[in-house]
Amino acid sequence: MSFSWARPYEPKHPAMRWIDERLPLPRLVYGAIGGGYPVPRNLNYWWNFGVLAGIFLTIQIVTGIVLAMHFTASTDGAFNSVNQMLMRDVNAGWLLRYAHMNGASFFFLVTYIHIFRGLYYGSYKAPRELVWMLGLVIYLLMMATGFMGYVLPWGQMSYWGAQVITGFFSAFPLVGEPIRIWLLGGYAPDQAALTRFFSLHYLLPFVIAAVVILHIWALHIPGSSNPTGVDVKDEKDTLPFHPFYTAKDGWFAGAVLLFYALVTYFAPDYLGHPDNYIPANPLATPAHIVPEWYFWPFYAILRSFTVDFILPAKLWGVLAMFFSILLLFFLSWIDKSPVRSGSYRPVFKRFFWLLVIDVIILGYIGGAPINAWRVAVGQIAAAYYFLHFLVILPLVSAFETPLPLPNSITESVLHGEAAEAAPAGQKRPRRGSVATAG
Amino acid sequence: MATKAQSAERSGTAVAGSDGVRRRDFLNVAAVSFAGVGTLAALAPLIVQMSPSADVLALASTEVDISKIQPGQGIKVSWRKQPVFVRNLTPKEIAEANAVPLSDLRDKQTLAERTKPGRANWLITLGVCTHLGCVPLGIGEGENRGPYGGYFCPCHGSMYDTAGRIRQGPAPLNLQVPDYKFTSATTVEIG
Repeated sequence: MSFSWARPYEPKHPAMRWIDERLPLPRLVYGAIGGGYPVPRNLNYWWNFGVLAGIFLTIQIVTGIVLAMHFTASTDGAFNSVNQMLMRDVNAGWLLRYAHMNGASFFFLVTYIHIFRGLYYGSYKAPRELVWMLGLVIYLLMMATGFMGYVLPWGQMSYWGAQVITGFFSAFPLVGEPIRIWLLGGYAPDQAALTRFFSLHYLLPFVIAAVVILHIWALHIPGSSNPTGVDVKDEKDTLPFHPFYTAKDGWFAGAVLLFYALVTYFAPDYLGHPDNYIPANPLATPAHIVPEWYFWPFYAILRSFTVDFILPAKLWGVLAMFFSILLLFFLSWIDKSPVRSGSYRPVFKRFFWLLVIDVIILGYIGGAPINAWRVAVGQIAAAYYFLHFLVILPLVSAFETPLPLPNSITESVLHGEAAEAAPAGQKRPRRGSVATAG
Repeated sequence: MATKAQSAERSGTAVAGSDGVRRRDFLNVAAVSFAGVGTLAALAPLIVQMSPSADVLALASTEVDISKIQPGQGIKVSWRKQPVFVRNLTPKEIAEANAVPLSDLRDKQTLAERTKPGRANWLITLGVCTHLGCVPLGIGEGENRGPYGGYFCPCHGSMYDTAGRIRQGPAPLNLQVPDYKFTSATTVEIG
């Protein structure tokens, strides 16, 4: 699709030719994930996580459809249908439920790695801005789906999570409270909210699948990025997706699925919360409400605002939380450095890892019970998050001197990236010692 | 047999009417507008079905017997599926609430504004923290009432005083006072 040397589809079987002439679906698949898609030959393991996200989306849809066959979407029946019927009575129900529960966590885990890979290697830069933005749309849809799914078992955390998260809307003056009541179909989470969350939780994964197709489509116009960030120049720089990357993705998926199976079988509740095994009680709040781990960094940003400043603290918190994701949509224009890969940007690279540490700190703060010093740490970490994107990144991209880029992907593969990064004429450093060669 | 005007129109060059609007433009705008209005009208039921349904609204008022609540005690009742705190304040708690200067408050209200005339000891508020909707502690016997003797929200540490007013923590407003009236000396109708 993207390069002139991409192999055209040549049906081997007459039946495939018959189909291809009438509906070129085999051609589409061949060009998208088959031998007809040329991929840079130097992709490292960080490039495996997109395919992994697709695998976990599939696992979630398959297990979810089956779970829906046993789920009762009523405030009286939901808790029992999950914790009694599915977990004890339905054949293999416990396995499917735990697979779905932990599948969500793994879906987010691989997606976060995928996002940070994009941040490090500048995958959001031209000409892949829309790939990045569609990815963010997928991420937002995942958050909505994950949140609504967590409400369905109708335990204490389900209920109070729904209460707190829909409460975000009440932060907006005038329209906020009517919107909250409209979203919930009542004054507090109840039957109406549970049923609509179930309906949307079933719908949204298919919307995600549709946006995933757009995401891949947009990706295949320029083709995949690569660890050097240097554009593909000719056929020597690429390999056909199949069999090279299908094989690599396949083996790596096996390794990750093994890890997923370990968690699902031996620590299925490790990422959950014991309070959700208590049926929802609208009159008593659990002492410590936390969302699922994948929301913790944003929850920490939400809780960081404790003082009114023109607007109420609560509204600041909600705005900051939404803005922390929305600003990522503008990343392609915030970071104007023409060099994509962080490997050739010594200053950017350091700040990237600071950001990773910052988000991990935010995650810890968001998941831990609140106290004075944690609020202070959370405030610093939240401030740094915005500082990184709004101040540091534009400044770094303006003032940084990047390392010399390799002439081509092939050259970097044949000589090693470290050697390519050294100035011409200098003694070739050992592989992986870019910093000292500087 | 086409006239000159018709053939000109067919080739897309006709300018009819003194206002410069062709008949075809008018038909286009009218048809698309009509379809647009129709589409918007069709969206209306899809939107209003999300609002609270009649059975939810039917539970919009509830009667509470307060005869057995001694001073210093309180009860939690359910109204519109939300908890409501009905608390019989002690004279000391009333004095504490009245002693606070309004300038110290985030959401400036006196105890008198939050209770009914002559019944300043009956503090009736929603048991819904105005931060993010958790149920504060402090209505039950022995629960943590926080440093201001009213309510303490365990979720994010909002602290309310004996008039249910926000004193410290992230909540922006005092605990909301629902519409209610005393239907007799010992019953209250909320809603």
